[in-house]
Amino acid sequence: MNVALAKTDTGSALEAALAAARERLPAGGKVADIRRQALDAYERTGLPHRRIEDWKYTDLRVLMREVLPLAAAPDAAVLKRAEAALKTAAIEGTRRLVLVDGAFAPGLSETNGLEKGVSIRSLREALDGGDGALQAQLFSLDTSNPMVALNSAMLTDGVVIEIADGTVLSRPLHVVHIAAGAAASSMFTRSLLRLGKNASATLVESYVAADGTRTYQAHDSLVIAIGDHSRLDHVRLVEDAADAVNISSSAVTLGAHAHFNIFGMASGAAVSRYQATIAFAGEGSRVETNGVNLLRGRQHADTTLLMDHAVPNCASREVFRAVIDDSAHSVFQGRIIVRPDAQKTDAKMMTRALLLSDDAEADNKPELEIFADDVTCGHGATSGALDESLLFYLRARGLPEKDAQALLIQAFVGEAIESIANDALRDLAEATAGRWLRARA
Amino acid sequence: MSLLEVKNLQVRVEDREILHGLSLTVNPGEVHAIMGPNGSGKSTLSHVIAGKPGYEVTGGEILFKGENLLEMAPDERAAKGVFLAFQYPVEIPGVATMNFLRTALNAQRKARGESEYSTPDFLKKVREVAKSLNIPQDMLKRGVNVGFSGGEKKRNEILQMALFEPSLCILDEMDSGLDIDALRIAADGVNALRSPDRAMVVITHYQRLLNYIVPDFVHVMSKGRVVKSGGKELALELEESGYARFEDAA
Ligand SMILES: Nc1ncnc2c1ncn2[C@@H]1O[C@H](COP(=O)(O)OP(=O)(O)OP(=O)(O)O)[C@@H](O)[C@H]1O
Ligand SMILES: [Mg+2]
Repeated sequence: MNVALAKTDTGSALEAALAAARERLPAGGKVADIRRQALDAYERTGLPHRRIEDWKYTDLRVLMREVLPLAAAPDAAVLKRAEAALKTAAIEGTRRLVLVDGAFAPGLSETNGLEKGVSIRSLREALDGGDGALQAQLFSLDTSNPMVALNSAMLTDGVVIEIADGTVLSRPLHVVHIAAGAAASSMFTRSLLRLGKNASATLVESYVAADGTRTYQAHDSLVIAIGDHSRLDHVRLVEDAADAVNISSSAVTLGAHAHFNIFGMASGAAVSRYQATIAFAGEGSRVETNGVNLLRGRQHADTTLLMDHAVPNCASREVFRAVIDDSAHSVFQGRIIVRPDAQKTDAKMMTRALLLSDDAEADNKPELEIFADDVTCGHGATSGALDESLLFYLRARGLPEKDAQALLIQAFVGEAIESIANDALRDLAEATAGRWLRARA
Repeated sequence: MSLLEVKNLQVRVEDREILHGLSLTVNPGEVHAIMGPNGSGKSTLSHVIAGKPGYEVTGGEILFKGENLLEMAPDERAAKGVFLAFQYPVEIPGVATMNFLRTALNAQRKARGESEYSTPDFLKKVREVAKSLNIPQDMLKRGVNVGFSGGEKKRNEILQMALFEPSLCILDEMDSGLDIDALRIAADGVNALRSPDRAMVVITHYQRLLNYIVPDFVHVMSKGRVVKSGGKELALELEESGYARFEDAA
């Protein structure tokens, strides 16, 4: 160790956190090295700030200021509060897998009677298994993103889901991230979903807090691998507490003739960032990403997507809608790369922001980097207030102002919500949007 | 008491005066026709009565059932019984017609302190009205006016009018864009709503509509004023001679 290197206060706090995280997730020598290197990578930049291009609109030094201390392993009281939170967070008809303050909670999870071809383990169990390929996959996330590096260094647990070839899972899996501790703290999780060939599944992830848990940071990461001819539907609902920070990253790879449909909605958390890289590794695959931000007060939510078309004949669609009230701030950064081999790529991206107040802010940064010539690519963006003539029509029919606005806002986000294939999950997203709108009135 | 009293109304849009002291009195049970050349201010009058933002009333007043209409929000006016069938109904993508109709109807009822319609009662009522106006059910499943033809939009306006049962119906060029059969059906729909305690203000360019919806009074508007009022024969006169003579009078 280089003793000459002066450590900042944050640095030594992080060292302590790393030591604690290691204790929480003891794993073989190699993992320890990876975590050490990840921490070093993180410390080279620290919290990303606006002079780092990718973080231009989301300056974590301003928005987050510091990394909170690592959450303690949940005790009985914390688990009890988490259980209470599940009463509203649980989704009927799904298989629940619960992470409380960054630790897998077997007692709150449904791991019995797994369908044939499905394996579910905690990250801790999976690492103990000593499977080198799995380990490599778990740590395949790009640590040039400082927040991924930090996550890699600090992670304490997660869920590892493997679905075998030919398995059609009709019951959606629901990974619930619950913050339930009393002290202001950070939790670091990493999960993995490996979908074999000719398989299909639906994964829901939601982020919530137990009653009374307000200030925390949820640092999550997810690795998804979708095999040939397989389909994954993914729904993410960020409903964190009003003072919380949610920093999530994911890396998705698709085999050939695969289909990935993701819908994300952020209505909670003071600050949230979802950064995903979606890579096409096989021909004939399709990705639909749909996102909705519902923001008010001083909320800040950032969605940063990289669609990486490396092979021919793939299609991607990105639809993003932001509804921004008060002095909230919504960011969408969409980068599409079409590599030289990726002929016949069909990639489109459309973002629309609805500004409900003069102080509301929407930033939209589309980037197209196209290195193949026979492609169809496009992007579009609009930003503006509700259409006055539509509002007047509704009011002339008897709808009070807020109700008229609510109806138009619901229609505005409806287009993205409609993309959810599962009826129950679509209803759930609609209900969440409805709750947000009612809270406005 | 008169249902609607417009007294010496002066209205500006973007610093330009459009209505220059317009007066009009409508009593329950009456049907008034307003005719007048393009740009004479007919739609402006209807918008100001309905409460559309963007118009500045610089003089005069509008009383509805004796109350100051200009102080009410558009939705309050609707709940009190003002209905405007728009000359150009807007399309509202993503808002299903049925959902819109139910939300609007129940909002009006709530504002009046009445109970909301139950779903079966509501559906029954909409189906009845739609059937009488020859509006196919699948049109009601689409977004409000989305992809509707001009004539279909107009019929959708009449449908709403029948559903909301307002006491003042203002029809701004409901005949434009309607084919002959549709015109008859729509006019029948309007006539079915005629009643001793409901009044209609029918804005049109064509005498033909007034053969179907026979007015008690006809007013000629020109350059932001009512320049002539008379009985239904005035419409025939206009058809013969055009507006030129009245424009001079303005
Ligand atoms: N928002 C506006 N801004 C500027 N001028 C306006 C606006 N709305 C109406 N006007 C003007 O006011 C005048 C009256 O318009 P209005 O639509 O009331 O006429 P109209 O009698 O309904 O005509 P038409 O028979 O063509 O429907 C026109 O000269 C029009 O250009
Ligand atoms: Mg007009």
